Amino acid sequence: MSLVQVTDLTVEFGDLRAVDGLSFRLEQGAALALVGESGSGKSTVASALLGLHRGTGARVGGAIEVAGTDVQEASDDELRRLRGAKAAMVFQDPLSSLDPYYAIGDQIAEVYRVHTRVTRRAARARAVEVLDRVGIPDAQRRSRSRPHEFSGGMRQRALIAMALACEPELLIADEPTTALDVTVQAQILDLLHTLREETGMGLLLVTHDVGVAAESVDEVLVMRHGRVVEHGPVADVLETPTEAYTRELLAAVPPVDARRTTPGGLSEAVARDGGAVLPGASAEDVEAVSAEGGQAVSSVDGEVVASGAVSGDGGVVSAGASAEGGKAVVSGRGEAVAPGAAPGDSGTVSAGPDALAAQVGFSDASAEGGGAASPAAVTETARRVSSGASVDVVLEATGLRREFGRGKRAFAAVDDVSLTLNRGETLGIVGESGSGKTTLGRMLVGLLEPTAGEVRYEGHARVGVNPAVQMVFQDPVSSLNPRRSVGESIADPLRARGERDEKRIRGRVTELLERVGLDGAHYDRYPHEFSGGQRQRVGIARALAADPRVIVCDEPVSALDVTTQAQVVALLGELQRELGLALVFVAHDLAVVRQVSDRVAVMRSGRIVESGPADEVYDNPQDPYTRQLLAAVPALDPQVAARRRAARRELAAA
Amino acid sequence: MSGFAGFTLRRAVGAVVTLLAISVIVYVVFYATPGNVAQITCGPRCSPEQVHQVAQQLRLDDPLYLRYWHFLQGILVGQDYSTGTSVEHCSAPCLGLSYQSDQQVMQVILTKLPVSLSLVFGAMVLWLLLGVGTGVLSAWRRGRFTERALTGVTLAGVATPSFVIGLVLMIVVCGQLELLPFPEYVSFSDDPEQWMWNLLLPWLTLALSEAAYFARMTRASMLETLAEDHIRTFRAYGVGERSIVGRHALRGALAPIIALNANDFGAMVGGAVLTETLFGLPGIGQELVHAVNVVDLPVVVGMVLVIGFFVVLANAVADVLYAVADRRVVLT
Repeated sequence: MSLVQVTDLTVEFGDLRAVDGLSFRLEQGAALALVGESGSGKSTVASALLGLHRGTGARVGGAIEVAGTDVQEASDDELRRLRGAKAAMVFQDPLSSLDPYYAIGDQIAEVYRVHTRVTRRAARARAVEVLDRVGIPDAQRRSRSRPHEFSGGMRQRALIAMALACEPELLIADEPTTALDVTVQAQILDLLHTLREETGMGLLLVTHDVGVAAESVDEVLVMRHGRVVEHGPVADVLETPTEAYTRELLAAVPPVDARRTTPGGLSEAVARDGGAVLPGASAEDVEAVSAEGGQAVSSVDGEVVASGAVSGDGGVVSAGASAEGGKAVVSGRGEAVAPGAAPGDSGTVSAGPDALAAQVGFSDASAEGGGAASPAAVTETARRVSSGASVDVVLEATGLRREFGRGKRAFAAVDDVSLTLNRGETLGIVGESGSGKTTLGRMLVGLLEPTAGEVRYEGHARVGVNPAVQMVFQDPVSSLNPRRSVGESIADPLRARGERDEKRIRGRVTELLERVGLDGAHYDRYPHEFSGGQRQRVGIARALAADPRVIVCDEPVSALDVTTQAQVVALLGELQRELGLALVFVAHDLAVVRQVSDRVAVMRSGRIVESGPADEVYDNPQDPYTRQLLAAVPALDPQVAARRRAARRELAAA
Repeated sequence: MSGFAGFTLRRAVGAVVTLLAISVIVYVVFYATPGNVAQITCGPRCSPEQVHQVAQQLRLDDPLYLRYWHFLQGILVGQDYSTGTSVEHCSAPCLGLSYQSDQQVMQVILTKLPVSLSLVFGAMVLWLLLGVGTGVLSAWRRGRFTERALTGVTLAGVATPSFVIGLVLMIVVCGQLELLPFPEYVSFSDDPEQWMWNLLLPWLTLALSEAAYFARMTRASMLETLAEDHIRTFRAYGVGERSIVGRHALRGALAPIIALNANDFGAMVGGAVLTETLFGLPGIGQELVHAVNVVDLPVVVGMVLVIGFFVVLANAVADVLYAVADRRVVLT
């Protein structure tokens, strides 16, 4: 008998059909991942397995059998006996998923006592035992702590301990690592792996991250709009996906171990976008991509350009293209042809070798197809290089330090950080939460006053906010005022500059909206009417309104789905190319940073531990922390994932 | 709780500053208002000479800041008052003498305070039991008949003025059913049992309308807590509804209950005028209204200060309870 058997499952919330005719089966001890973007219905399925939709007004159809219990037909009592005892769930956000008022050991003991007739004392002992099992040091003492006294990773361990308490046959993990840093994520995934090896329990992993799935499961089920897109063994689905959507999803995942495609990783992302658009993408996707000016790249016979097709052959592309100045034939997998303009670096290479690193930036236009702007961009690049012989520094920070708190409680969030940003280049800043990267970004923009050190813009020290240095914020939902139309939000910098002519403001805002790929007529719409990706475009338009030379992007894509993420990254690259912007790209995602950055700085505890050209840092990391970070990134290839796991063990042992 | 001593100290200093501010404001507001205090105090038949004498006795000719300074001195070190023939000493926390009775204000307050505190304490116990109990019940039985019925009842409770409730209670319980005699205040030290029986109706009167507020708030914040993620966790682990509502949701709803209770307790000490008047309880509220009517300024100022003291105290206690209820709260 299968551990989980779902047949023709449908879940409806009012008029919305979140899950539509889904069937799958999970054998005892096996591991399956439900992979999909937000809104694909994957978490709804996970909740349905435990009958959590009962009494919420959702309509659940089809048959669900979990560990011998018919979830649809079971009485409330039978359902309670299933929950926690035979099938236990681990939730996404470990802070909000635990009761803030009770000690962690007490919460685990409470759950344990629901399913076993044991004394309080015995339940408490069991709690300590499972906490110890999931690697909480000094479990006896720590079991008396409340959730807020635990770090994010420890909280997730505690939730897993709660799941283990009754030795369930099935563990359902709903985005178990999404809220965690990459090194902690690796630890949690390794823990799940070990526990599964030891206890033989089945695992149903719900995740938006294909890499996380590749690390952890045997089988993958790709979901979209509540339906199965593709289902099969993990190696097959990830290596030879048969469905277009799966390919799109995979293509949108930036590889951390691949060199940034020469020249300009961002434009390659456009290519991937373009590729993704062709086969049956939703209307919104098409609109978004074409509005970006990136026509779909296709080969002569209409084959989609797969990711990596353009990559790895930068040299060939530029050589051929610079000679011709016309069509570039890309031979990554020998099947894709990119018609259109020359790659932007052709001029640069001959013009000024010194300036290469800075100028190459995102100047490539080849992947975009026949964008009219690209020849102009090439000339522009070439002109800039030949006229200004030396690299211009637009932004320079020296000895930046920022403390929070006073007296004994003071601590330095950023400590003695110096960096330079050249015209037109992208500087990536990576670090885990608490590393001080956001504080640094805010100081660069002038939103925060440094405790020590200074920020110089074009050689001049500045205090306060500088219109030429703008910011794009992480959370596109909360960084826009929900009560004001997006047009008004975008107009803010214009008004701040003293522009009073309403007609001119409206005109400029419309232009900006169109510039970032939105409809100019959306001036009067409100933020809630837009999707996450569109809202981030609004944020970018607002940053552009002040005609900046530098944009600091603080985690601009971390709240977005992978495919949307790729589109926004592409947009940033395109804007940089056309407007000659310098970007500071602050993010925790190592792969994204590699794909967009010319140079990278790795931050830890307020300091830059390593910096240099992106490929150098990633291919040959010098600092042990950088190595640890890189080893923690989940790999798309299950075999690579296994090797990384081994490497992590070594690093941990060392 | 290592920071507890520091917290108490900071709160005490804060309370003193608050009370000083209150005293300045009250003093200025009452003493600087137009109207011939000496004339009112002396009575309508006084001759101009007598009025003048009274004014001197009351130091009404001194500038306001000087009088305030004397007032502060009285509180800190006590003061001597001449009442025409004899000199009376008013010891340390001296709030002055009543214009009307020449009694020490502190004495006046101390005779009224036990009545008010008896009333409010007892009522508080009742309103917490009734209010929180009803709120928990509505949250547990949400969406069912019980909840709808309770919602109706509490809405009626909120909408009915306390004097109506009191009047109805008195007429029905004492008049028609003759279960209790018409209440008359008996002090706790004299006869605890009679104290309780006589205060039962005033307690109910004060508690019923107050309980309705607590019921509504408890229900609302419990429903809010029930929608939180950690509740979902315990559901997903098969924990029963009773435990989820009674243990987890109620705990989350405690903070607003504590805060509201502190506010109401402080306010009721001086603000239960209607109930006091209705049942003839000689409490602070009644006395304050009387003092305002006869422009007995020292009594008014003294009482406002004492009420302010209880509000500040109740809130400080609430902060401590807050920190006990929610360990994430750091006392500062």
